[in-house]
Amino acid sequence: MRIEAKDLEFGYNNNNNKNINNKNINKNNNKNKNKNIISRLSLTVDSHERTALIGPSGCGKSTLSHILAGNLKPQSGQVLIDNKPLPKHGFCPVQLICQHPEKAINPRWKLGKTLTEAWSPDAQFLEAMGIEKAWLNRYPVELSGGELQRFCIARALAPQTSFIIADEMSTMLDMITQAQIWQALLRIADERGLGLIAVTHSMELAKRVCSRVIEFESLME
Amino acid sequence: MSNRTSAAISASATLAIILAIYIAGALLPESALRANFSQKGLPPSFEHLFGTDFLGRDMFVRTCKGLSLSLSIGAVASAISAFIALAVGLAAALGSEFVDYAINWFIDVFMSVPHTVLIILISIALSRGAFGMMAGVAVTHWVSLARVIRGEVMQIRSQQYIAASRRFGKSSLWIARHHMLPHLMPQFFVGLILLFPHAILHESGLTFLGFGLPPEQPAVGVILSEAMKYISAGAIWLAVFPGLSLVVLVLLIDTLGHSARRLLAPREAQL
Ligand SMILES: Nc1ncnc2c1ncn2[C@@H]1O[C@H](COP(=O)(O)OP(=O)(O)O)[C@@H](O)[C@H]1O
Ligand SMILES: [Mg+2]
Repeated sequence: MRIEAKDLEFGYNNNNNKNINNKNINKNNNKNKNKNIISRLSLTVDSHERTALIGPSGCGKSTLSHILAGNLKPQSGQVLIDNKPLPKHGFCPVQLICQHPEKAINPRWKLGKTLTEAWSPDAQFLEAMGIEKAWLNRYPVELSGGELQRFCIARALAPQTSFIIADEMSTMLDMITQAQIWQALLRIADERGLGLIAVTHSMELAKRVCSRVIEFESLME
Repeated sequence: MSNRTSAAISASATLAIILAIYIAGALLPESALRANFSQKGLPPSFEHLFGTDFLGRDMFVRTCKGLSLSLSIGAVASAISAFIALAVGLAAALGSEFVDYAINWFIDVFMSVPHTVLIILISIALSRGAFGMMAGVAVTHWVSLARVIRGEVMQIRSQQYIAASRRFGKSSLWIARHHMLPHLMPQFFVGLILLFPHAILHESGLTFLGFGLPPEQPAVGVILSEAMKYISAGAIWLAVFPGLSLVVLVLLIDTLGHSARRLLAPREAQL
């Protein structure tokens, strides 16, 4: 499996927000395209190497993660997985784990529903992820950030998934939880041969977890 | 006493009174409305709280019947209107840019037309009566609730958990049903209750002007327009008590709506 991004071009406020009033903004942005956060970016990642994407805060790593997972459409360029574009409907083989788990989970749902929205993991899997059965009957406000992040990781690891993008997934967590969830994720990713892109601003974490380190700035021409 | 408790008390108290009015009106037998010429034109007394009219009918009974009828018509009209608002608001926020543009244009048009005139036209076109009036009120009153719902959906649409749901292969319809509707329900119900007073006042107003319910119905609008003939003769109780009761009912429902908002959607209640 490989993800390939070719000549991506992306800036906020261009045409992604469905808003009638942003036609004028469009014009301005087209005039000075070099203001785009992502400009002529190309990247190839193979699933047999764990890749770290590293760069300072605010440089556009999260934006790129969202484009690679299909959440944001680039203004030009494309994302290919095994030489095919990402599917428009159905389960996306590229799954994203975000920095703030509480935003990635519907606050009105019990966590059991959140989990099964993606797939139905068995008890053994839940144990490997460190998820307790009792949590399934609780609401997100009743759990800590680390516990919620376990759910986000667990649901991203559906059988149809072939690539995981972990965008600063452990930044908000304490050291012990960080170690635990990385261990769980890496073990399952290795078992299944999943591709992994770890997005981070910490070189230390990148070196500990990954075999290949890419600097975000080096991707753009 | 916390804000929530007082809102809950006020909501249940107003709801109880409104229900009592409705049930009283619905249970009163038709026979109580029969003409009784030995009792005609009596001013208010303990026997006839609101007095009697010039056919000898008890005005309290007539008013109760009228308010009860207003409540049922208001309920149907508000419910239809609120459902239109929900559908339109969802379509505007989830459809293509063109759909959103078209719907916003329609909303602006509806807001700029004086809606009393529009209701009268629709009511006449549908040959008056209860149906024409409900249609008129329903068609003209979804606009502001639709705006609110569109705004709510726009805001929730950009949440990360919606994007995640898409990546799990869920369809737009599934997302609307499972992620968005539960979020919209409080707004929807509060909006529905707050539509009620409008519906009731339009119903009475239209009937009063002769564009609404026919004169043989026991409606408050009919009572008021009949009373006009006798006010100069000094029988002001014929208009004052039914009119006041209508105002009180409308205020009760408005209070219920605002208490429900404080309970269900506290964020918006502070605006
Ligand atoms: N939804 C958005 N609308 C407008 N600008 C945004 C949005 N999200 C991020 N940005 C801007 O894009 C830049 C890159 O953000 P991001 O991709 O989150 O960086 P990183 O993840 O590397 O810290 C930042 O300057 C940020 O202010
Ligand atoms: Mg980021």
